[in-house]
Amino acid sequence: MTAITDMPEAPRAARRPQMGNPVLRWLRTNLFSSVPNAILTVVLLAVLAKGVISFVQWGIANAVWLTPANDSSACRAARGVGACWAIIPEKYRFILFGTYPFDEQWRPALSVLLFIALFYLSTRRALWRRELAYIWIGALALISVLMWGGVLGLSFVSQDRWGGLPVTLILATFGLAFGFPLGILVALGRRSKLPAIRSLSVLYVELIRGVPLVSLLFMASVMFPLFMPSGFNIDKLLRAQIAIILFAGAYLAEVIRGGLQAVPRGQYEAADALGLSYWRKHRLIVLPQAIRHVIPPLVNTFIAFFKDTSLVLIIGIFDLLTTAKTAIIDPAWQQFSVEVYIFVAAIYFVFCFAMSRYSRSLEATSGR
Amino acid sequence: MTSDSPRPPPRRRFFGAWGRRELQGLFWQVLVVGIAVGVIAFLWSNTVTNLSARRITTGFAFLGREAGMPIADSWLSYNPRDTYLWAFVVGVANTLRVAVIGIVLATILGTLIGISRLSANWLLSRLAAVYVETLRDIPLLLQLLFWYVLMQALPAARAAWRPIEGVFLSNRGLILPAIPIGSPQLWVLGATVLGLAVFYMIRRWLIAQQMRDGKPRPAWPFAVGLIVALPALVSVLLGVSWKIEWPELRGFNFVGGLTLAPEYFALLIALVTYTSAFIAEIVRSGIQSVPRGQWDAANALGLRRSFMLRQIILPQALRVIVPPMTSQYLNLTKNSSLAVAIGYQDVVSVANTTLNQTGQAIEAIALIMAVFLTISLGISFFMNWYNARIALVER
Repeated sequence: MTAITDMPEAPRAARRPQMGNPVLRWLRTNLFSSVPNAILTVVLLAVLAKGVISFVQWGIANAVWLTPANDSSACRAARGVGACWAIIPEKYRFILFGTYPFDEQWRPALSVLLFIALFYLSTRRALWRRELAYIWIGALALISVLMWGGVLGLSFVSQDRWGGLPVTLILATFGLAFGFPLGILVALGRRSKLPAIRSLSVLYVELIRGVPLVSLLFMASVMFPLFMPSGFNIDKLLRAQIAIILFAGAYLAEVIRGGLQAVPRGQYEAADALGLSYWRKHRLIVLPQAIRHVIPPLVNTFIAFFKDTSLVLIIGIFDLLTTAKTAIIDPAWQQFSVEVYIFVAAIYFVFCFAMSRYSRSLEATSGR
Repeated sequence: MTSDSPRPPPRRRFFGAWGRRELQGLFWQVLVVGIAVGVIAFLWSNTVTNLSARRITTGFAFLGREAGMPIADSWLSYNPRDTYLWAFVVGVANTLRVAVIGIVLATILGTLIGISRLSANWLLSRLAAVYVETLRDIPLLLQLLFWYVLMQALPAARAAWRPIEGVFLSNRGLILPAIPIGSPQLWVLGATVLGLAVFYMIRRWLIAQQMRDGKPRPAWPFAVGLIVALPALVSVLLGVSWKIEWPELRGFNFVGGLTLAPEYFALLIALVTYTSAFIAEIVRSGIQSVPRGQWDAANALGLRRSFMLRQIILPQALRVIVPPMTSQYLNLTKNSSLAVAIGYQDVVSVANTTLNQTGQAIEAIALIMAVFLTISLGISFFMNWYNARIALVER
């Protein structure tokens, strides 16, 4: 911890005898090092205790954990004093998988596991080779087969019945998988010596980054049908996916451009001296170094997309947040939206927290 | 990615007077521009066909028509008989209202939390860390819906909470005591702004003088004169009343005071708390980026703490803080468009209603984009100017 408040205390702390109970010593240096600090600690403890006690009372002690199916009377009785966690067992299948056919819901569940496995494999440093791209293609293809079906004896499920967590993961992951190559091309374009290509790339990046994602999603949902020849209609989910890919491409391009700038000039010159062509120079020499530089910010960008996919709620696509919001339309359970939002927030939190921990550990190891 | 077998040396080719690279460059540019133009032309022709098939007339003529949409909460006067153009202006004003106040509050809260994370008090720094981690890892839209649900669950106006005398919190929103601002009060505010501007210039001149001969010159008499006495004088001369208007409950609603509607209040809380978590991290890393030697050197000189923070630490930390802060301000402004999810009528929400009422999708979305591009450029320009001002002047 750098010194913003401990600086003036330093000499006194040194004079104090460093003996006695280690717990007491820790308490003295970290919580009661001075009078204002001690007052602060006491006030914070009081506030914290009050908060924790009222949360425990509401969320655990007085909470209703289970009710008979479709009966919210126990929850209504406890309203205001206790949480109604019973809404989660009641609604979790709909929140997680939306309107996917009930008996087939093992397929989206398996897809979610596949996504998690894919993310886990992508974090293994030993796998950061070309094979990882094949793993991604294979996994995404497998997930598509699982979700759609229609082959291998799986019944076909059209994508307007998809919903919940798989849709969130699909929007974010496919957004990254397609946005990443797009981002590389645009980043290269922005650093190109060719004026036409450079200005097109700058225009694209600045235009997309200058407007909110909501407006791009509106564009995808209401303007896209106007753009296409009549009779040619793309499904709403795919349109939103295209908007997210275009959005991701612009942000990833800026991250990758940062990496390209970090590659020393000598590397470019050496590649030129070897007589490599533009594409071979970038593929073999520049990009591998550039991307390694920016993996932590890439992970952070991915966390941002993962959260931003929730915006598809505004154009009525059934991602995790929309299914949660729909689950509480049911009049019997309408008053217990806070519990549902906490449940969904916990799911988002687990994914994002794991990723941000990973990005932090990468920064710590690569910073050395 | 590993290299394959060594390549044969490149063969030299001749294309008349032009070198190979120039020709290649030209080829790629023509190709890419050709594709871009082709795609745009294709989309354009489809759009024109589709629009004529649906009998939608393009153009911004619809802006002059009567909007007929209700906008409940605005500082500008509006009624549904006004034109679409005025509805848009009201929407932009609503966006700015939440963005500007949000930026100010998020900066204050974020700075406090960022400093708390560096506190020597273990409990305080842990609590700040938990705050940052939790808020950063949950989607803003979810937080917004959560706050809005909590707002709606508040007691009715009759049973409103009164945390402080004169402040009411109910499902009608937050109601605060206010001073009614009319044109006499605006004159006094104008005098304050003028005083600030003149004081700023005088202070710059004083510092320039001090740079020349090293003698410190006190600036506070000018501050008192220009920022306090001048507005007070104007206020007395014009006989401006500064009576505070206390809100009171009449029937089922409140009269008087300043009302923050639940939609506005929920959006403001969500934007401020979410963005403050990011700002806290920026402030923390900015302060940590100042080398320890700077603290030690300032201590060794025997500088006062406040002077040390103001003159040594903050100027160096700001260089690291300002660029990422700019993008947070832009994010907050863009995120204010989530208002559409809870029915606060910002520009996106107004455009969305317009689009549904008139079918003018292209124009409505073009207006949204134009507004946000303008705001983004404005913030970028201001922050770049500020950044250039505080940047390290290398000799």
